[in-house]
Amino acid sequence: MAIAPEEPAAAAARPDEEKFFVIGNRRLKYEWLAKATGATKYAADLKLPRMCQGKLLRSPYAHARILRVDTSRAEALEGVFAVVTGAELPEKYGIMPSSQDETAFAVDRVRYMGEAVAAIAAADELTAEEACNLIDVLYEPIQTITSIKEALDPSRPRIHDDQSETANIHKEVHLEFGDVDEGFAEAAYVREDEFFFEGNTHAPMENHAVIGHFDPHGKLTVWSSTQTPHYLHRELAKAMSMPTARIRVVAPPSGGAFGGKSEMFSHEVAAAALSRKCGRPVMIELTREEVFYCHRGRHPVAMKLKTGVTSEGAITAMHFQSWLDGGAFGSYGVATTYYTGALNTMPYKVPRYRFDGIRVFTNKPPCGPKRGHGTVQPRFAIECQMDKIADALGLDPVDMRIRNAVDPMSGTVNGLRITSCAVRDTLRAAASRSGVQERRGKLPFGQGIGIASSVYMSGAGLPIYWNPMPHSGAMVKIDRGGGVAVYCGTTDIGQDSDSMLAYIVSEVLGVDPLDIRVLSGDTDLTPVDLGSYSSRVTFMAGNAARQASDRLRAQLAEVASEELEIPKERLVFGNRSVYDREDTDHSLQFIDVAQKAETRFGTLAASGSYTPPKLGGKYKGSGVGPSPAYSFTTAVAEVSVDLETFELHVDKVTVAHDCGRAINPMIVEGQIEGSAYMGYGEAVMEEQVFRKGLHKKPSLLEYKIPTILECPELESIIVEGPDAEGPFGAKEAGEGPLSPVIPAIANAVYDAIGVRFDSTPITSEKIMKALDKSARDKAQGSLGETAS
Amino acid sequence: MLRLTPFTYVRPTSVQDAVVACERNKGSTALMGGGTDLLPNIKHRLAEPKFLVGLRSVPEMRGIAGQDDGWLRIGAAETLSCLQGSDIVRTRYPALADCASLISTPQVQRQGTIGGNICLDVRCNYYNQSAHWRKAVGYCMKKDSEICRVAPGSDRCWAVSSADTVPVLIAHQAEICIAGAEGERWEPIGGFYRDDGLVPITLRPGEILTAVRLPPPSLRVVYSKLRIRMSFDFPLVGVATGVAFNSDGTVKLARIVVTAVGSHPIEVTEAEDILVGNRLEADAILAAGERVFRAVHPMDNTEGSIPHRKRMARVYVERSLRAFAAGAI
Repeated sequence: MAIAPEEPAAAAARPDEEKFFVIGNRRLKYEWLAKATGATKYAADLKLPRMCQGKLLRSPYAHARILRVDTSRAEALEGVFAVVTGAELPEKYGIMPSSQDETAFAVDRVRYMGEAVAAIAAADELTAEEACNLIDVLYEPIQTITSIKEALDPSRPRIHDDQSETANIHKEVHLEFGDVDEGFAEAAYVREDEFFFEGNTHAPMENHAVIGHFDPHGKLTVWSSTQTPHYLHRELAKAMSMPTARIRVVAPPSGGAFGGKSEMFSHEVAAAALSRKCGRPVMIELTREEVFYCHRGRHPVAMKLKTGVTSEGAITAMHFQSWLDGGAFGSYGVATTYYTGALNTMPYKVPRYRFDGIRVFTNKPPCGPKRGHGTVQPRFAIECQMDKIADALGLDPVDMRIRNAVDPMSGTVNGLRITSCAVRDTLRAAASRSGVQERRGKLPFGQGIGIASSVYMSGAGLPIYWNPMPHSGAMVKIDRGGGVAVYCGTTDIGQDSDSMLAYIVSEVLGVDPLDIRVLSGDTDLTPVDLGSYSSRVTFMAGNAARQASDRLRAQLAEVASEELEIPKERLVFGNRSVYDREDTDHSLQFIDVAQKAETRFGTLAASGSYTPPKLGGKYKGSGVGPSPAYSFTTAVAEVSVDLETFELHVDKVTVAHDCGRAINPMIVEGQIEGSAYMGYGEAVMEEQVFRKGLHKKPSLLEYKIPTILECPELESIIVEGPDAEGPFGAKEAGEGPLSPVIPAIANAVYDAIGVRFDSTPITSEKIMKALDKSARDKAQGSLGETAS
Repeated sequence: MLRLTPFTYVRPTSVQDAVVACERNKGSTALMGGGTDLLPNIKHRLAEPKFLVGLRSVPEMRGIAGQDDGWLRIGAAETLSCLQGSDIVRTRYPALADCASLISTPQVQRQGTIGGNICLDVRCNYYNQSAHWRKAVGYCMKKDSEICRVAPGSDRCWAVSSADTVPVLIAHQAEICIAGAEGERWEPIGGFYRDDGLVPITLRPGEILTAVRLPPPSLRVVYSKLRIRMSFDFPLVGVATGVAFNSDGTVKLARIVVTAVGSHPIEVTEAEDILVGNRLEADAILAAGERVFRAVHPMDNTEGSIPHRKRMARVYVERSLRAFAAGAI
């Protein structure tokens, strides 16, 4: 359902007052039938002539020196075409310019169990596997570091040689905005809590797969399951020590990514390097276990949160501290560290704010970005603590949130610009649909209801590597037959960005979305888009596509206006025609206009691009957090706890999300549902955990993600408050709705059984321990509150 | 992706041919019903059989049919979904249909067989892992090493009996038919299992489990399963609770069989003894639950936690007994 905001979201909103032909309509995905029938070809479905199979040898040690790698026995095996080892590809790389700490294969040291050491190309996978077993690697184990505590212990060995002398610290951030101590002094109530958010992983349906292929001229093409072909393009050039101009990266249709395919992996370099050696296309398809080792998922984060409030619950100051368990490499970790602090000054006004963040290295697969990158963990802490503060002050948690909510067209103390903002509407919508204000505190023991809100970005204001160029580019070409082709570097990872491009271009040109062919994710054929991360694609690529199609429309309008003998302002583009707004029968077919325009102007093609405005403060670290627009979400969870089996059932989740404008409400709802279910899984069962440096459960049987049977009933509410800078007013919907679901569930569990769970996931085991403890405490006359 | 190792697949069309096929290739043969247990194990290199003897085409191993003596015979190659679809199973042994519906996923139920579930290999989260993972951990007693990773000081393997149908079959005192070179024999299913993760069943190489039969139901049985998700998952504890009443309302027969808390299914006779001859009143139910709690000793080699699994064994028994007492089963 969609509701209208109760107040104008932004003064400059509603850039398009006219009726839309395509925008806002409920439509099936652009390629729904191909996906549903299995016609879609994913990376692992591709086959090339003479293609052979690659396999990676991975380290069985979490931390060890490599003393010797002997590949002679493997090379001698019948059917082996090529072998590569770390020594041949020593170039260091990393997705963040400041963290160039990875190599394609471990060179002299392995830093986590599962790290790639060498690779084989062979006639088939079994031969490649056999050959891997014939590579003799001599390891000398080193003491492993597997927890934040161990990483901070200066007596432990360093995981990286060039690391801080004090401990295994990768990144340290200290920021202060305003006089925080003064803020705490002013507060009527100051609360301090500790939280822990367990690490978890993306678990996309599609395991990563890649084909690397050198043609006879030495040009490399890589087809890979990636959500960032542009970054892969750059990183491949570095790792392979070859010019970017000789490399083409193609991102085939993706079976899900969620952040887990947004940088280069060993298997991608391996496929390229093996192909260079053996002259054949090399396919590498990872096993599910290997996907767990690629990881780059949600960081485990220990947090301390201190918040001061007035007696009315207005925040006077906040001090947030985070310790991120980063795993063995940098990955996006520098950004993640900043993100645990950057968005905490929304969606509630925080006039004074201090943030201390530390990311450590441990001997585990590297953590990185997962849906809601770095903001999900602090959001859990903040929203759980908001609930505690409301209870301590006797305030209604919904009213308190509404009162504290940030305003449209405002800013935050850490320099973030807020434009459109309907957070209050999301709070009101979710609260009224769920009845949380009437029901909270009044349900029978074992049943509960809880609320939480959140904020997310519509794309990062800055690229991963510094450059002043556009973040997204699109080209649109009109065919003489009336068909329209859109070329854009975006990657459709299931969020439906291909459809989004088709909707925007068809709206501008007045053609049917099915007349549009979208070609995306190909570094040779499409203009650069930075990738499908940080919820940037609709906002940025949408604007680029809009600009390109507006430019073509101007040419078409020129011709149509002359033919129809009316001013351009009266032209309407719709239903595959161009007509007079005041006399709709006075019209031309789109195809005729296109042909006349081509006659006049030559080939009908135009490009458009999007560069975010200059955003953010002037301090070091101010580049993380700014976004051209923010989305806002509120979630209400209803739970029941079985008091005998301690099983937690989430019965219903209501999510209200401010996405600016829903370009296709059906897809927005799909994104809300997918986010909410992913959040549900993180709240109640998912955990990427290790035993002595070994992943405890690298399979989808034992690493629990919810099936549809456990997933709660879900009500998605789209709150529209068009953003002045978004394409047709749109903002993001693919990540934001995840964050509030987790604290909403934790707050609902408190309402159900009177126990606070300040660590995730909330398992039956934890509930059992907590209820046993509260029974014991009750027997002894004291009241225990927080479980951990 | 994970690949199977090469094997020759043979598809005998009679039990005799199947026995001959096993005899001929002794030592490197694996029997296969639906393959839902075996094939993942081959992919993990837990087994590398050179010959697979597929049993789904053996007519004697198919069929679900009532016998003249009142027993029900089920061919071992009948699928778990056929079991659920069988009227006679649903009406006479509803718990058997129920427990089959709780195994893994509908897809696996369509492929997996009752015989395969009875012969399910014991499981352990140090054992059911890829070759690479097991190499990293240093392998384990059950495959390629001398050490049990769950209890390193132990001289035995603690892998976990994880079949959902078995507790129900034991509670119904089912019998299984074993065919071998010397012919066929029926034996009680309870005796089929050993408290040893290395050799958890008494089936000898060259022998085939061809059928299971259940006597006319002498009691009603209910099966409860703890798992984290409502599909896919093996039991973290599974309890079959069976009760028959005398005309005066006292318990005539009681059977309580717990799975997934040890290397074999555990019948808790101490709890049964407390119930027989008594009314199902609160004290008796709690006492029986306590006996079950004391009788099960799960190890840290499945998902979930030891204290919770142990507690749930008791809760499930108590819940089932209360439901019997209330006439709800």
